[in-house]
Amino acid sequence: MSEEIKKFICVSCPLGCGLSVTLDGQGEVTNVEGNSCPRGKAYAESEVKDPRRVFASTVRVSGGKLPVCPIRSKTPAPKTKLFDIAREVAKLDVKAPLEIGQVLIHNVCGTDVDIVASRDLAAI
Amino acid sequence: MNNNIDVLIIGAGPAGVAAGIGARKEGAEHVVILERDWDAGGILQQCIHPGFGLRTFREELTGPEYMHRFIKEARDIGVEFRQNTMVFEMDNNPDGSMGVWTMSKERGIERLEPKAIVLAMGCRERPLGAIRIPGSRPAGVYTAGTAQRFVNMEGYMPGKKAVILGSGDIGLIMARRMIWEGAEVEGVYEVMSWPGGLRRNIAQCLDDYGIPFHLETTVTKIHGKDRLEGVTVAKIDPATRAPIAGTERFVECDTLLLAIGLIPENELSRMAGVEIHPVTGGPVVNDLLQTSKAPVFAAGNVVIVYDLVDNVSDEGLIAGTNAARYAAGKLDKDMRRIPVKGGDNVRLFSPQYVTGERDVTIFMRITHPIEGACKVIANTDTGIKLYNQRLRYARPGEMNEVRLKAEQVKELGSDVNAIIIDIQPA
Repeated sequence: MSEEIKKFICVSCPLGCGLSVTLDGQGEVTNVEGNSCPRGKAYAESEVKDPRRVFASTVRVSGGKLPVCPIRSKTPAPKTKLFDIAREVAKLDVKAPLEIGQVLIHNVCGTDVDIVASRDLAAI
Repeated sequence: MNNNIDVLIIGAGPAGVAAGIGARKEGAEHVVILERDWDAGGILQQCIHPGFGLRTFREELTGPEYMHRFIKEARDIGVEFRQNTMVFEMDNNPDGSMGVWTMSKERGIERLEPKAIVLAMGCRERPLGAIRIPGSRPAGVYTAGTAQRFVNMEGYMPGKKAVILGSGDIGLIMARRMIWEGAEVEGVYEVMSWPGGLRRNIAQCLDDYGIPFHLETTVTKIHGKDRLEGVTVAKIDPATRAPIAGTERFVECDTLLLAIGLIPENELSRMAGVEIHPVTGGPVVNDLLQTSKAPVFAAGNVVIVYDLVDNVSDEGLIAGTNAARYAAGKLDKDMRRIPVKGGDNVRLFSPQYVTGERDVTIFMRITHPIEGACKVIANTDTGIKLYNQRLRYARPGEMNEVRLKAEQVKELGSDVNAIIIDIQPA
């Protein structure tokens, strides 16, 4: 296999740098261009090897001030698992009150990533 | 009537809560934030995606997490929050004194006469009525932010197959949100030749899910009687913005989300006689974020619509700090004010005056993109160069900044009548 150049936008911060990533025949990153900071380089490497995103959605809540509570993956989850995670999260129905940071699903879909509440939600 | 309020803040979103913190830290005893919703947090309550506060906290938080930190700090240092409270009238007294009328279930109708006020009401979305699309008016047409509140706070999905008109960040974020909730997004249509939102949101909200993004294309007709059945989209001529005949295409959908811009919410400001800038739609302010009415300060999206909440919080802090100084009688009434003016490629900016009392960041948005090396400049009308910063590009969707040191402004001679800011190719 020969050298390959991938181009994509860095999503690590609002700057949105246009990255140009060179991969060698084995798929190893040999060069990153276009980034303005070390986060961009790290993102470029992660994006070609193990692309991840923070998943953010809501869960159903019983007895809360709101019928749903926002949740997030505490850390970025594998991009290929996002829809599996969405289906798992959709199954939940949790009881208010909820506290910000409270873990709602441990190790969701075997990803080693936890799903946590991202706000306090009082009971009615 | 005196309720012993030093600084009264209208709105408990990012600008208002930061203003409360700023006011307390500056020594104001009694700082009250009024909020019409049942909970503090403002619009960030429904912005449940990550991307907030990278500069402030060195990590990317969701909207509720970002506000949680600020609200906690504000409560911890003694800022009083009054929720479910609506301000329905502001004085416009010739003598410059200031009072407001409020209404709440708990406290009834109440008149407050604080020593200083911070306007932090944020902004509203441009509605369908602002863009005159022919056709019927069926159910299923929402602003993106309304749909976001439905999905993220009230637990309703607006529909199953959506078209998004406009590429502001909320529209892009909602495209991904709809996909994650199992809906289909047929495409995002933008009348301009460039995206309205941040590039990273094009990447992570559209490209990640293969959602088509059409520039120079708009919705020309809405179809459906009771429920939306589809829209006609067409390419537009960028010179005239008129649809190009023969490019029309029917797109079946049950939901049309509008992400076509934000307008500062200034009904109260107008009522109070605060001068409103014709282009920003927000109060005219100086670098202390003081409006044309001395006791009234303003910060955040009520002044100018920002890209980043970090900047909104920073501005809130400044407004709160200076409102507290005003309340304590520490603000000089006869400060020199040098007007800021925009150059050829500047669409809007804030603040519009600088006093030299503090280092200032002037936030600006340009009219036409420059793809390639360019520079942000600030010169006096007498030709003194105050700022020159090189950029790799400049785009209307992304704010730019001019930073001036207090001393730079203080040093300017009396022959200087304006500071002109612009972005030009380098």
